[in-house]
Amino acid sequence: MGKGHFYTTRSTLSQEAVTSMKDIDTLLQDCKEHAFDLHFSRAKEWKAEKPDRVVVGYLPIYFPREIIHAAGGLPVGIFGGGDQKQIVKGDAYYQSYICHIPRSVIELALDKHLEHFDGFIFPSICDVIRNLSGIFKQKKIGKFVKYMDFPQNFLPEIGGVFYQQEMQHILQYIKAVNGREVTPERLNQAIRLYNRNRELIEIIYDIRQQYPWRLRIEDLYHVLRAGTAIPVEEHNAILEQVCTYIQQDIGTPQDKVKVVVSGAFCEQPSLGLIKAIEEAGCYVVDDDYMLGSRMILGDIDDSTDNPLEAIANAYIRQSQYSSSIFDIDNPKEYRLAKIVEKRDAAGVIFASASFCDPSLLDAPIFQNAFNKLGIRYIAFQFSENINQFKVIKEQVGAFSDSIKLWEDEPAEAIYS
Amino acid sequence: MTKEVQKEKSMMLQKEMIEGLFNELSIAKETGKKVCYTFVPGNLSELIRTFDMLPVYPEINALQSAMRKKSAGYIREAERHAHSEDVCTYVKCDVGMMMKGNIGPTGQKIPEPDILLLSYTGCFTFMKWFETLKREYPNAKVVMIHTPYQEDGRITPEMRNYMVQQLKEEVIPQMEAVSGVKYDEEKLKNILALSKEAEDWITKIFDTTKNRPSPIDAYFAGVYYIGPINIGFRGTQEAVDYYKALYDEIQERIRQGLGPITPEGEMKEEKYRLVVEGPPNWTNFREFWKIFYDMGAVIVASSYTKVGGVYDLGWRHDPQRPLESLAEYCMNCYTNLNIPQRIDLLSKYIREYEADGYVTNSIKSCNSFSAGQLGMMREIEDRLEVPVGFIESDLVDPRYFSYSNIKNRLESYFQMLEQRKTLQATENV
Repeated sequence: MGKGHFYTTRSTLSQEAVTSMKDIDTLLQDCKEHAFDLHFSRAKEWKAEKPDRVVVGYLPIYFPREIIHAAGGLPVGIFGGGDQKQIVKGDAYYQSYICHIPRSVIELALDKHLEHFDGFIFPSICDVIRNLSGIFKQKKIGKFVKYMDFPQNFLPEIGGVFYQQEMQHILQYIKAVNGREVTPERLNQAIRLYNRNRELIEIIYDIRQQYPWRLRIEDLYHVLRAGTAIPVEEHNAILEQVCTYIQQDIGTPQDKVKVVVSGAFCEQPSLGLIKAIEEAGCYVVDDDYMLGSRMILGDIDDSTDNPLEAIANAYIRQSQYSSSIFDIDNPKEYRLAKIVEKRDAAGVIFASASFCDPSLLDAPIFQNAFNKLGIRYIAFQFSENINQFKVIKEQVGAFSDSIKLWEDEPAEAIYS
Repeated sequence: MTKEVQKEKSMMLQKEMIEGLFNELSIAKETGKKVCYTFVPGNLSELIRTFDMLPVYPEINALQSAMRKKSAGYIREAERHAHSEDVCTYVKCDVGMMMKGNIGPTGQKIPEPDILLLSYTGCFTFMKWFETLKREYPNAKVVMIHTPYQEDGRITPEMRNYMVQQLKEEVIPQMEAVSGVKYDEEKLKNILALSKEAEDWITKIFDTTKNRPSPIDAYFAGVYYIGPINIGFRGTQEAVDYYKALYDEIQERIRQGLGPITPEGEMKEEKYRLVVEGPPNWTNFREFWKIFYDMGAVIVASSYTKVGGVYDLGWRHDPQRPLESLAEYCMNCYTNLNIPQRIDLLSKYIREYEADGYVTNSIKSCNSFSAGQLGMMREIEDRLEVPVGFIESDLVDPRYFSYSNIKNRLESYFQMLEQRKTLQATENV
């Protein structure tokens, strides 16, 4: 397949992006710095440029960033402290049997990493994140704190309307800070920018599916995560440049098996662990690390008089499966199986954060189905601050070897 | 040798009610009654009754299994089938029980569900639990009613409308389809009138702990008192009669100046009055309770007894607004309140029931309760200058109940309370 194939069926790159390309190594290094900048410096700089700008933090998994953009704000993802932030105060707020991310988020807040944030949004994902919103409220962190209840009713006239009201609630909070009235035009413009953002991300995944050696998984991770910390316009320019770069015939293929990583959609594994999976003999051709940036499949309608309705309908009709979305009418195990098939992957690595209810409660559902479907998998748990993963690396290496050695055997034969 | 458990008259009444329900369940397939699995928080008992269905509460089965020392085996069975060690043990106990034949607490087989009614209230795990059950019972109809969280400390008209619309457009039509019974709003209103009556009685009952000595323990005995109102009898004359009988018994105890009845008889001396946050441990329930009553500690209010509804702030089911009040009921359950609301409610209990201390029983596998409890405890300590205690256990997994650790911690805590009382007495002199 030659250069340019991916753009013949999708949008073309802007000329501006092509002519203003940074050296790719510099660009990837910039992304890495943005991705792990626990002081959120780019957001601080951006906010300082104009007096009515607001910065709004959001937690995983998904949040419709379009509405913050339309209200003159910068949505910034808060994914915890990873392995860079020592927890001192956070442990006094959370018992040992609760996942790590709430204690590192509260640590960031108490250590004033989030001082320039105007508000915080806690999307409905689990009871821990829900209750963390209450701790933020109790401690009066930020000008507003909103737990955003995503509808679990998927009728546009019921759940969709409720979702629109939730978005309106957030817009009222922002208006109270900057006085900005959001218009349909501004919302549609924001929708266009994020449509392009998602499209470019999917192009990168499509290219990596065939040529995963052209962009290492850690570089992909940096590029995506950087997008949660900088303005979408800047991120789109980066994505366009990465797309151009990986269309070239670069790198050397290695004898690795293609896998999908699933389950790490909230608390993030350390970078070392993300790298270790590929180092142990796998190419990760799909994952849910930055699921929020890829939650909506395809474009949101950017031409309506009621863009909030368009965003709500897209969530209801075009969402990727998620452990936090009630899935009775669209079982998640078959949706993940389709991703495995689409990506031509040889297996799945279930990586769950320790004590993560959504991910761990889904494990039997996935594993029972995959045993029947003959999809190979392994499962392990991690914590954001753990950087010792020798055992996991060995486990992944054995998984990769088993696939290579018994390529044609049904999965159950390998595990029995 | 263990002493014989003393049972009050109302306890016998309750036992009869529950046995009756399980008897009916055991012959449901013969009688043609439809079986509805649902959860305690946000339970739509009145609606289930309107459609002549029989309720099954998986978390009640789990706690009953724990009290009968069967939960460990059920949990092990679930863990053999990929269920993590670190998730809700109610779920694993229920799944394990199902895998081992679904024999309920009375020794009778619990029938498979015709409908899984998920009133998704205050606990994320409920949703995952029913996703799991749906795969085990593919023929059951799943009906979801999403209860918005009181994130801003109030119920907005939008939240209420969202729920009422779900009831009208989704829940009721699907319950009609499964049961073959037409929705009858007049019938629902009559049931709701009885719910309101039972709610008035239970509020009065829990308010009796203002007396000294408190005539009841509002946690360890309280979990029995909330049984009928939470597990399908709300909205029945039986429940009203039970609560009237219970209230009369308690009034008699107040007249006689008696303290609470424990499994080993009457508590002789009320030394400490406590408010407790968090569910109890069920695997070692009596041992756990004994640590308290042996020390003369009585629980005058608890948050756990409000998981099936917070009535002491004045809210009641309203026959004149049937669907609206069902919606409000779901949103008013304790774990659907935000953290500041929970702190306010617990502070109110400490003040109004003149508690000497506040104890958190932090449950390993219940994040809905546990996440945030340390922050709540800190806030309550600062706000009210009340001594706080913290212990850890689990719902139904005996591996996480360490008797000696809990006893040591509580003994130290009671010593602190004693010292404080002595100091206060000295200051008053």
